[in-house]
Amino acid sequence: MATFTLTVNGKKQAVDVDPNTPVLWVLRDHLNLVGTKFGCGMAQCGACTIHVDGVATRSCMLPVSSVGDQKVTTIEGLSEKGDHPVQKAWLEHDVPQCGYCQAGQIMNAAALLSETPNPTDEQIETAMNGNICRCGTYVRIKAAIKTASKNLNA
Amino acid sequence: MTKMKTSIGRRTFLKTSALAGGGFMLSFSWLAGCKPAPDMVELPKEWFELNGYLKIGDNGLVTIMSPNPEIGQNVKTSMPMLVAEELDVDWKNVIVEQAPLNTSVFTRQLAGGSQSISQGWKSLRMAGATARNMLREAAAKTWGVPVDEITTEASMLYHKASGKSASYGEMASAAAKVEVPKEVELKNNSDFKIIGTSRNNVDGKKIVTGQPLFGLDYKQQGMLIAMIAHPPAFGMRLKSVDDSQARAMPGIKDVFTIKTYPEDYAQQWCDVDSFPELVVVVGNTTWEVMNARKALKLEWEQFQDHEISSSTFWGTTVKIKVPGGLENSAQHNQVMATASKSAKVVRKDGNPEAVFKKAAKVVERSYSAPFLAHNTMEPMNFFANVTSDKAELVGPIQTPEFMEKSIAARLGLPLEKIDIQMTRQGGGFGRRLYGHFLVEAAVISQKINAPVKLIYTREDDMSFGVYRPAYHARYKAALDENNKLIGFHVNAGGIPESPLFANRFPAGAVENYLAESWTAPSNISVGAFRAPASNFIAGAEQSFLDEVAEAAGKDPIQFRLELLDRALNNPVGERNDYEAKRLMGVLELVRSKSNWGQDMPNIHRGVSAYFCHDSYVAHVIDLAMENGKPRVEKVHCAVDCGIVVNPIAATNLVEGGSVDGIGHAMYSGLTFTNGTPDQTNFNKYRLIRHKEAPKAIEVHFVESTVDPTGLGEPPFPPVIGALANALYKATGKRHYSQPYLGETITLG
Repeated sequence: MATFTLTVNGKKQAVDVDPNTPVLWVLRDHLNLVGTKFGCGMAQCGACTIHVDGVATRSCMLPVSSVGDQKVTTIEGLSEKGDHPVQKAWLEHDVPQCGYCQAGQIMNAAALLSETPNPTDEQIETAMNGNICRCGTYVRIKAAIKTASKNLNA
Repeated sequence: MTKMKTSIGRRTFLKTSALAGGGFMLSFSWLAGCKPAPDMVELPKEWFELNGYLKIGDNGLVTIMSPNPEIGQNVKTSMPMLVAEELDVDWKNVIVEQAPLNTSVFTRQLAGGSQSISQGWKSLRMAGATARNMLREAAAKTWGVPVDEITTEASMLYHKASGKSASYGEMASAAAKVEVPKEVELKNNSDFKIIGTSRNNVDGKKIVTGQPLFGLDYKQQGMLIAMIAHPPAFGMRLKSVDDSQARAMPGIKDVFTIKTYPEDYAQQWCDVDSFPELVVVVGNTTWEVMNARKALKLEWEQFQDHEISSSTFWGTTVKIKVPGGLENSAQHNQVMATASKSAKVVRKDGNPEAVFKKAAKVVERSYSAPFLAHNTMEPMNFFANVTSDKAELVGPIQTPEFMEKSIAARLGLPLEKIDIQMTRQGGGFGRRLYGHFLVEAAVISQKINAPVKLIYTREDDMSFGVYRPAYHARYKAALDENNKLIGFHVNAGGIPESPLFANRFPAGAVENYLAESWTAPSNISVGAFRAPASNFIAGAEQSFLDEVAEAAGKDPIQFRLELLDRALNNPVGERNDYEAKRLMGVLELVRSKSNWGQDMPNIHRGVSAYFCHDSYVAHVIDLAMENGKPRVEKVHCAVDCGIVVNPIAATNLVEGGSVDGIGHAMYSGLTFTNGTPDQTNFNKYRLIRHKEAPKAIEVHFVESTVDPTGLGEPPFPPVIGALANALYKATGKRHYSQPYLGETITLG
């Protein structure tokens, strides 16, 4: 066990855990931030996507010891009032079915748009390909990303 | 409906809710409602419960209970819409809460068979209409006017003659004292204001902001984490446990074995379980428990042939043979190729043997599909807190009212001491009909005498069974010299269940018809998977009909319509369980909406239509070849599910079902080596991804006044036929064996 001080959603928080603990479980079990989801545990499904210094990262295989003072953002901290353009677009398109994968999809989409504000269809598909949705909401996700892109650039 | 009045202040109400939902929940009331409309809704000072489905606040806010499990089919929005319609309430004043399991108030609290809306159609509207009548009675008494002169609109009561009006909130207190009417009238369809209009998901805001909604998110103070270790192969059971190392690891509370279903336990249909004895690790945190589980030294042994008894969904008792041995996919394929000889005749019309002998042309083809794992994105999990006299369970389950019985029987507690709360569920697809994980959580909590959350990893989830069976179907068609279909023979079976629906199309449309069914035993546990059996047989049958139409030199839609015309006007046999006219309706709609027959460069088209779960769906797929790979450019979909309750969600469900069907037919499959699944995570088990999804989907609903039917399942089966037929047009190659394009991928 060791103590790590993480900056999560702008707040410094100390946790005493095994250094190998994935950030996913630090968030869920220790910091009560359960918006980040467990889907596969091997970075194959994208449900656990967070931002580490703004970069979309799979938290299920990211040891807590590797984070250092990089800033971690989770779905709970993506926006203060839940009104990030991606979140708003998701609501406008009524994207979710079961909703379980959507936090990961949204975090990945937000990272894509911060780097590529006007993505092509192909860029969207490539960037989002690591995020699985068993309900099959892919078409709406793509439409929502385009709406968010339009609103971001308006 | 029982009349109950609760008048508790706002703070008390919130506190009570939190307790009812299990206490501590991240400074968030578990049962707190979902506001469909403005973010900042002022909560009322008092609530008045008019019946179990709804209560009205003194400020006009209405809470509607959603009775059924929400697995992504959007019943948490669409079922309350039915109540709100008859209550005549403004939707923006509605808060939706997930109802707990309570069979004395709610009927059929089950997510399965795409039946929630159709079975709730009358009862939910009745609940709304009853409350509306009580409000009208209250207004009539207060104003001293006849009740039939009181009208309502958007949460308001009016007496036109005197010019009096009051809001529902103002009249709620008086309404709660009114006798529950014995009879109520339901609205005419033409008067609907909410049904048939698009209403966004009531949980939408919570989902996109990562609020705790799902079973895996649930917490209580003092809660421990549990994980299980199960045999590595079907056909095996536990032999010995060495837990010395695991016990000594940090954060570990206990390691022990449990029997989920002991030998003398009378199983229900939803207690399917290949691994009734498990090793359990309990500890403080998920990561600690995961690590300790890896340190277990476990020995397993093969079991022998045996028999278990189980009650069926309909209450009868059946004996199920469980063969010993470690099964392989190669053997399964052999069985499927040869077992057809053991098939039994299920339906026979005319003289099929004779017409096949005299036929001008005979087309014969075989189709197969592998086992599938459900792979809900949220793995199996459940919270349990079992004490000496009661059991509290919280989590994702499709069959709470059945599992309540299982828990009571297993723990030896009376039914009324079992409290099951449903969370939002990260997918169902049939997997959460089978609640062994709920019993496991209860038994674990009982054993350690503490609240516990049982968590499956993806690997646990994918290797635990309750799969879609492996299927096979052989079809034969006889054409006469005029290319008329005169004989049809289907021989279908599966390991260990058959996919045959002997009385569905083209039964009833062919003079000489033979349907045969077989099964082969297996120790691999199976269960319902989105559109059970239809999820295979539709694709097989619709691929075959495409080939028969081609052999007959006919357009595939025209060919089907001609057959359906026969089924409509002069049906063969009497047990045909589909409406030919409605199946024709969706085919005609998809033909016109897709501009069928129009040639487009590099677009290859396939069509399919199917009936299941009381709804009718037809697909046309436009496929393009991109760098030698097929890509679905567009899916055209025509649906007849009667009245469409919530178009935006219905469209979403049809889109999703179509994507899911394409995905499974194209990429997914579970194979076995010596009883062990070869795929246990998404590095090897393929689900469709963004790059493979259709670029566009158009959904068209048949305008209808028929009572609504389900949508969770019906769009899935037919799209597979449309895909196979489009693939043939694109590649010149017919596809007979799913998955059509099976290769593993690795994503970093």
